[in-house]
Amino acid sequence: MRKRTFSIGGVHPNDHKIARDCAIEDLPLAPIFSVSMSQHLGAPANPVVAAGDKVRTGQIIGEPSGFISAYVHSPVSGTVKSVAPRANLLGHKIVHVDIEVEGDEWMEDIDRTPDIVREITLDREQILDRIKKCGVVGLGGATFPTHVKLSPPPGKKADVLILNGAECEPYLTSDYRIMLERGEEIVIGAEIMKKALEVDRVVIGIEENKPEAIENMLRITASHPGIEVMALKKRYPQGGEKQLINAVTGRQVPSMKLPIDAGAVVQNVGTSLAVYEAVQKNKPLIDNVLTVTGECCPQQRNLRVRVGTPLSFILEQSGGMPKDAVKIISGGPMMGWAISNLEATTVKSTSSLLCLTAEQTLRKEEGNCIRCGKCVDACPMGLEPYLLNRLARARKLDELEENAIYDCIECGCCLYSCPANIPLLDTIRVYKREVLAIMKNRASATAK
Amino acid sequence: MLTIIIWTVVVLTLLGALLALVLYFVASKFKVEEDPRIGEVEALLPGANCGGCGHAGCHAFAQSCVEAGTLEGHFCPVGGNKVMKAVAGVLGLEAQDQAPMVAVLRCNGGCGNREKTTEYDGYKSCKVINTLYAGETACSFGCLGGGDCERVCQFGALKMNPETGLPEIDQELCTACGACVRECPKHILELRLKGPKEGRRVYVACASNDKGGVARKACKVACIGCGKCAKACPFGAITVENNLAYIDFAKCKLCRKCVAECPTGAIHAVNFPVPVKTEAI
Repeated sequence: MRKRTFSIGGVHPNDHKIARDCAIEDLPLAPIFSVSMSQHLGAPANPVVAAGDKVRTGQIIGEPSGFISAYVHSPVSGTVKSVAPRANLLGHKIVHVDIEVEGDEWMEDIDRTPDIVREITLDREQILDRIKKCGVVGLGGATFPTHVKLSPPPGKKADVLILNGAECEPYLTSDYRIMLERGEEIVIGAEIMKKALEVDRVVIGIEENKPEAIENMLRITASHPGIEVMALKKRYPQGGEKQLINAVTGRQVPSMKLPIDAGAVVQNVGTSLAVYEAVQKNKPLIDNVLTVTGECCPQQRNLRVRVGTPLSFILEQSGGMPKDAVKIISGGPMMGWAISNLEATTVKSTSSLLCLTAEQTLRKEEGNCIRCGKCVDACPMGLEPYLLNRLARARKLDELEENAIYDCIECGCCLYSCPANIPLLDTIRVYKREVLAIMKNRASATAK
Repeated sequence: MLTIIIWTVVVLTLLGALLALVLYFVASKFKVEEDPRIGEVEALLPGANCGGCGHAGCHAFAQSCVEAGTLEGHFCPVGGNKVMKAVAGVLGLEAQDQAPMVAVLRCNGGCGNREKTTEYDGYKSCKVINTLYAGETACSFGCLGGGDCERVCQFGALKMNPETGLPEIDQELCTACGACVRECPKHILELRLKGPKEGRRVYVACASNDKGGVARKACKVACIGCGKCAKACPFGAITVENNLAYIDFAKCKLCRKCVAECPTGAIHAVNFPVPVKTEAI
């Protein structure tokens, strides 16, 4: 059978999955945890603990402050040392709850046994409530609160749930490992979300460079009618929500619309695992699997890490700071963010610590655009990055809007494919935000 | 051959004349009546179209002046009081004098004062840096040094100093149009009173909301929010909010007591005469 993929654009970076054979290990607890109150898209959570309070693992320490917001739980047991702004991994000051670890005492209502609970006893409302209470957010990167995504607005109905196991970013192997090691739990998570969304069809999309994961998921889903595994061609950015919907169903999400408008809901396989743990085990989202990788790293590792672990501690536990590393990236090399502060701590969506050497991160001199059109070919959203870049540098906001800059998904294919090394995405990203802000203001002004 | 040329000339001339007539009638039929004073006012304006007055350009400003029937709330920062007086003369209105303003950088975290914790090697633009992270130093409030303000200044009043990595403002060239203030993604440029004499003014050259210890660790000359200046100020011009002092230039009487009190030297007093030192006997 011909493997499917999305219809336009995309690039083929070397996948560098050098940590793929490393089984998931538990990272020991760091002496101090610092838990960010802004680990999700939307309004930051309001801290509900104060310095001096005793907390237990799994206890709520932050409550949502808006519709799009999420609960935050304590990842460890111990004493709250402070609730104060602290630099996150990009250096921005965000309120963190610092907890000094004392033992590891969990809340009693959390099921910590390794047994797999297969029967789904809760109904739709209870499932959504449990997911919300457990602070589950999308672990694909955007950290959109999962309970919001699973409650489509009235009048809109999904007919397919897509589980994102594409993991198209080079180097990252955490989703791959959980599909190998926790496949059954992921599938039960999918069953739960299927029930919550009231859909009949679930598709797990996995890229063909992970044959073992495809085989494992096929084996498990054989006993689950309605859940199928679809092998996809390897192509970046297949894990983008809109690209994955296109690859799996052939549908296009309309411009400025949500996946639900194309009748689909996409969830990461990691999110599915978190949903399983939340609904079946009552375990809040307090840990995730991240990859420590890079050619210069002394050890390649896939680690289960509690949220709020200092990044420096993770590196220390993985053989120390790599000697040649000049840049450490949180996330993949295509869309990840360079970390400016190793004293920062992990959040729910931290998927990797990628160490790169000077040679790997060398920027080549910027040349002139020769209108070769490679960026246009590469853009998976059908935009013209060279034109957007030129308009952005000339600050022509109205023309940028006409050229649909707001559709940019910031995947970086344009920059990756540019033979003149023009930082296309950098300028486009700035003006995408400006144009979106103007459009939002205009919409609220006309609504009045 | 010659007849072809003659015919061509004749036909084109007639065609031209005919179309000119059509255009003439259309133009006179659909003529937009505009107050002639708008043109007169616009001629007086500097024509920089900088948007400093809050209007889309000089023409829009002139139109607004004429249509409003009062000059209240209308001020051209580039032309200043002189131009406004001329505009008032044309319109027969009263212009209110405004004290000249100047752009001021609320950051002194130059290379010597603020240690770099990371190295940025990407596209040199503050707006781009701002979307990527908080900046090369541990201070997430200060100048990013990308030079967006220099690029946006139409009057050449801002120049990046390669030694400090901060922009320097030429107060003679600065027209207080506010373009740099709007451009700066960290919002650390501010329009303040230019001040009497050769531009004497006192301001806090810091925008950090970090707690004292954190701010000081990141930058030697940060405001640590200690509040000494506020206590020393006899005019109540200084407020300390979010670990940061702010001097209200409307209340400040330039006594400079705060400058002497500030433990980190975050308060700047500029263009004051250097005191003559008396030799100790």
